Amino acid sequence: MAEMKDVVLEYIIDEYVDEDDDLEVGVDSPLISSGIVDSFSMVSLKIFLEKKYDIKLPDDEATPDAFDTVTKIVELVKKHQG
Amino acid sequence: MSNIRSYEERLKGFDWSVSREVLGWTEGELLNIGHMCSDRICANGGADRTALIWEGFGGKKQTYTFDDLRVHSNAFAKLLQDQGLEPGDRICIFMDKIPSLYFSFLGILKMGGIAQPLFSAFGDESLEVRLDSAGTRAILTTQKHVKKVRKILDRLPELKHIIVVEGNEAKLKDGEVFFDVEAAPRVEEFDSFRAEPESPSVLHYTSGTTGQPKGAMHVHSSVWGQVLTASWVLDLRPDDIYWCTADPGWVTGTSYGIIGPWALGITQCVLDSGFTSKRWYEFIQDNRVTVWYSAPTAIRSLMRDGEDLVRAHDLSTLRHLASVGEPLNAEAVIWSEKAYGLPFHDTFWQTETGAMMIVNYPGMPIKPGSMGKPFPGIGAGLLDLETQEPVDEPGKVGLIAFRPGWPSMFRRYWKKPDIYRSKFAGAADDAMPDELRTDESLWYVSGDRASVDKDGYWWFVGRDDDVINTGGHLVGPFEIESALVEHEAIAEAAAIGKPDDVNMEVVKAVVTLNPGFEPSGDLELSIMNFIRKRLSPLAMPQEIEYVEKLPKTRSGKILRRYLRALEWGEEVGDLSTLEDD
Repeated sequence: MAEMKDVVLEYIIDEYVDEDDDLEVGVDSPLISSGIVDSFSMVSLKIFLEKKYDIKLPDDEATPDAFDTVTKIVELVKKHQG
Repeated sequence: MSNIRSYEERLKGFDWSVSREVLGWTEGELLNIGHMCSDRICANGGADRTALIWEGFGGKKQTYTFDDLRVHSNAFAKLLQDQGLEPGDRICIFMDKIPSLYFSFLGILKMGGIAQPLFSAFGDESLEVRLDSAGTRAILTTQKHVKKVRKILDRLPELKHIIVVEGNEAKLKDGEVFFDVEAAPRVEEFDSFRAEPESPSVLHYTSGTTGQPKGAMHVHSSVWGQVLTASWVLDLRPDDIYWCTADPGWVTGTSYGIIGPWALGITQCVLDSGFTSKRWYEFIQDNRVTVWYSAPTAIRSLMRDGEDLVRAHDLSTLRHLASVGEPLNAEAVIWSEKAYGLPFHDTFWQTETGAMMIVNYPGMPIKPGSMGKPFPGIGAGLLDLETQEPVDEPGKVGLIAFRPGWPSMFRRYWKKPDIYRSKFAGAADDAMPDELRTDESLWYVSGDRASVDKDGYWWFVGRDDDVINTGGHLVGPFEIESALVEHEAIAEAAAIGKPDDVNMEVVKAVVTLNPGFEPSGDLELSIMNFIRKRLSPLAMPQEIEYVEKLPKTRSGKILRRYLRALEWGEEVGDLSTLEDD
């Protein structure tokens, strides 16, 4: 089974990065502060995570800072998986 | 002492010519915004003054003087002229907030073109609608965004020039021109277009309830409104470091992110990276920002991150704060005074008004949550919701309206005279834009509702139509619904605003599905991403509700106001036109 960080990274690359962008996105690449994912689009990313991992992420924890890298996102998801 | 000194005193015998005095303007000078924001500042001794401090993601930082601004905008003006573009041509700017956006904006105006800035997060469909409507002849973009232009180029016969200003030249396609202004030869001299006061300058697209977005056209003499409000409301002074957080794809980003401050010779900062509270505070601290013009959505996000983060930064250079885009709630005003030691001053205006209309002034007591008072020279009134007759009873809700004739007023909707006429209460059926914009017996009706208290303070109530104000940006339901029904699963759709703590409203879609499709989490995500890519992240529904049937009038029109009332827990009103089951 694929690791969570790989699944999340693949989703972000598929949905937010154009094929011919000269961008190398890794698990520690800034997403929000770099502008790859904007604050409005965070909502669809949050919904993806909630559905994929059957969790509920409280709005006050789904902040731009908490979503700024795949590593941070994985930490947040794991916290709510209990 | 603030620039405005006393609001009450300024009201007495007000005349817009005071704006010329603020600039030290003499009759016979060239009235061209591009020239006024660069050459004129240099000619008056400001050539070496810093015009732009720009920071991008990853520590990139550049600083430009007003002389750099002059030379680089000259280069863009010459390039466009050399490409065969002419005064009056619509030239789109479609890029992130990189320095070339600012240089090219002034360059377009210098060669007499009409600048059409568009938000770079727009998807290809949003872009196509706006370029097609304007009959845009050229687009300035970057390698990052040119792909969206290529996708729609075949359907835009009037678009003849694609100019890529940043990226890898080797990746361009046939017919595209690459232009790196900082690598190009300096253009020391450019004979700027001799604009008349009514020469078109900027075309900003704005959304309405019905139909596709409309292009609100502004003119070079708008500068008088933008300069005076920048001076009296933003209180800009020669030694300020000013930060307007708006993107020039929207009107705030041009009126107060380019024109007003630079015509005054003020140093501006631009941050071109994603939002985090920490990054914003670092930016203010590092650049010693003194005046900050932002938006309620951002302010509420900063509130969420708390005062400890504020205290972790040195923000002591800040001396004046203002806000625009949507009503600033009282809590945010009170919080900012506590957190920063300064209240945010709310300002109300629109794409169509081109400059601030009802505002809170430096030095005037703020009633938290109020829009403030009308700017001197602005004939503001409230009209009865039904009769459109003026109302002057304190506390009574009416439509916000303005007497035509202020300098920065939009002069028309591009090729849509009927829609322009429909915005004026009391207009004759055959009145044309030039009559409407000068007839002070009419009212320009803004589409927003408010009340006025006994002290003359205005209080925002809400929109008078179905337009969704999300994060300070107006999004048209029609445009979203048109895109929604292009999704293979959706049969019919309504787009409405739903309440949101940070963005005031976000988009919610209420849809019926085609046979063979069932509601599911995957479908919800598919619809969201479909709209995000086609239109923009702002237009992306943040919630999707599946219904068996949408409420409609007997004539088959979807009743958005009914859905909206249910969403907001409001009275649903008269349902006599509702279709029977």
